[in-house]
Amino acid sequence: MTALALEGEGEDWHLHLSGDWSLAALAQIEAQLEVLPGTLRGTLVCDWSRAEAPGIGSVWALLWRLASFDARHLDIRHSGNPPHFLELLQELKAERHAARALPQDAPSVEREVGKLGRWVVLQGIEARAVLDFFGRIVTVIGEAFPRPRALRVSSLARHIYETGITAIPIVSLIAFLISVIVAYLGAQQLSKFGADIFVVDLVTISVLREMGVLLTAIIVAGRSGSAFAAEIGVMQLNEETDALRAMGINPIEVLVVPRVLALIIVLPLLTVIADAMGLAGGGLLTLLKLHIPLSQFTYRLREALAPTTFWAGLIKAPVFAMLIAMVGTYRGMQVRESARELGRLTTVAVVQSIFFVILADALFAVLFVQIRF
Amino acid sequence: MSGPATPAVIRVQGLINRFGAQTVHDGLDLEVWPNEIFGIVGGSGTGKSVLLRTILGLRIPDAGTVELYGKDVRLLAAVDAKSLVRSYGVTFQNGALISSLNVAQNIQLPLREYYSVSETILDELAELNLALVGLPPDAATKFPAQLSGGMVKRAALARALSLEPKLLFLDEPTAGLDPISAAAFDELLLYLHSQLRLTVVMITHDLDTLFRTCSRVGVIVDGRMIIDTLDGMLKNTNPWIRDYFHGTRARAAEKVEHG
Repeated sequence: MTALALEGEGEDWHLHLSGDWSLAALAQIEAQLEVLPGTLRGTLVCDWSRAEAPGIGSVWALLWRLASFDARHLDIRHSGNPPHFLELLQELKAERHAARALPQDAPSVEREVGKLGRWVVLQGIEARAVLDFFGRIVTVIGEAFPRPRALRVSSLARHIYETGITAIPIVSLIAFLISVIVAYLGAQQLSKFGADIFVVDLVTISVLREMGVLLTAIIVAGRSGSAFAAEIGVMQLNEETDALRAMGINPIEVLVVPRVLALIIVLPLLTVIADAMGLAGGGLLTLLKLHIPLSQFTYRLREALAPTTFWAGLIKAPVFAMLIAMVGTYRGMQVRESARELGRLTTVAVVQSIFFVILADALFAVLFVQIRF
Repeated sequence: MSGPATPAVIRVQGLINRFGAQTVHDGLDLEVWPNEIFGIVGGSGTGKSVLLRTILGLRIPDAGTVELYGKDVRLLAAVDAKSLVRSYGVTFQNGALISSLNVAQNIQLPLREYYSVSETILDELAELNLALVGLPPDAATKFPAQLSGGMVKRAALARALSLEPKLLFLDEPTAGLDPISAAAFDELLLYLHSQLRLTVVMITHDLDTLFRTCSRVGVIVDGRMIIDTLDGMLKNTNPWIRDYFHGTRARAAEKVEHG
């Protein structure tokens, strides 16, 4: 199907437009527009008499194509009942053509250096904002001593329930399974040396010192860190935080501090549960796989443990909790403008809090070795 | 003005919509003629948006029929939903621009869905629709969150126009705009209406918009629709309509248009 046909020679040209000129036919029309010659001179008359149902988009595309001819040498006219909006489109096109001055890009080296500079400055601003955020939280907690009402006990209780009580099943299950895996692999290796009994040492020390608290922290970061960011983020989008500020209520006090405190309270407790479940898993596996009776397991357990082993794990929990809660709430408070930001920052919250937890764990490991804890 | 002799663009007959025990529409009739601007008003909770959703085929009514260009919407929605939605353009109350796409991409979204045309043409069409609604070229690369309220409404209108519908639905197009932006939007609507020969159905609370743009008005009262010209509405004795068109705000709007 032909949408247009160019006829004529020399200085006298006719463009016959025919067939379907609606938006649906734009793909074909575009293909035929492209084969028009690059330059024309004289007069060009567009004959609309056989074009059916011309659509704005198609006519617009034609006008752009015609605009590529040099207007000084070609006089374009329309005949044969052109569409009623043709004049409107011609006006709009003239307007846009004038406005279409492409901005020049800066040279690429300059642009790259500029990018680096902007990145550094942004990091600096971000670091200051984090410090500022931390300071506000500490200030609120400090003010809460003479004024305990500032601690928002009911909201604290809600967060303890949501981040703690409801996390018990999943934390228990994962701690149990992981310690079974460690004990199983350990048993396979150690039985080669006839050192089966040291599976107990392996399980208890690794669970109590590292895995109990680390796994709990990672699960909580995934569950609650993301929830903190998303909840506060949605409140930001709804201007709820602005409303709180406008009523003289500090959002840090009512939204952030209860979450941080709740997690600091909850994470050590969850860690104790994870430790217990981990030891239970280890005990069960040594009983079933290595046939070590439970009495011998508990005896060996007491031998293996230094007085500090349990505390070396537990002491890390409040620090991890603070990192997770602060990253989550901080990212939530950063949400501005759009739903896209909310999704992005929630993801950032989870990834960063897990990263910080592992980083802090590494620092603790070095510290504990140095002070022989 | 087209009279009843020409076929109606929209014909709603005996529409009933219920939510649980609450009946929102109770035998609502409505006809919209080609090339008119039809305003729908009604108190909060009288089901203006529900009526719109029903006409669009997004909600199945409990009883009654809705026809667009003489075709049953329920049938169309079941058989050929794509050609149904291509026959009209809609703007929603808060713009409903997709927040992860910029303005040009929002406008191109339905075009990409239905037509396989080149990127160059898509860019040109985006520019055309921006120009039609009076947005500057640099608005194309902005994201919805970076736009002002008035620009969001215009961008939403540009998206609604991108498939070149002959029928346009607007849900509270001037809500949340300052009076100057709202007046500018009214003028834009009148301009597009005359230039593109559109039929417009609009839900609005804005009396200024109503007096400036609408040829006929339908008021939802007690689940039914009372339809009249603005002059007719001013003489209506129904208490709600009288309060609505003769309140202090209404008198001010009237004075501007008629005085």
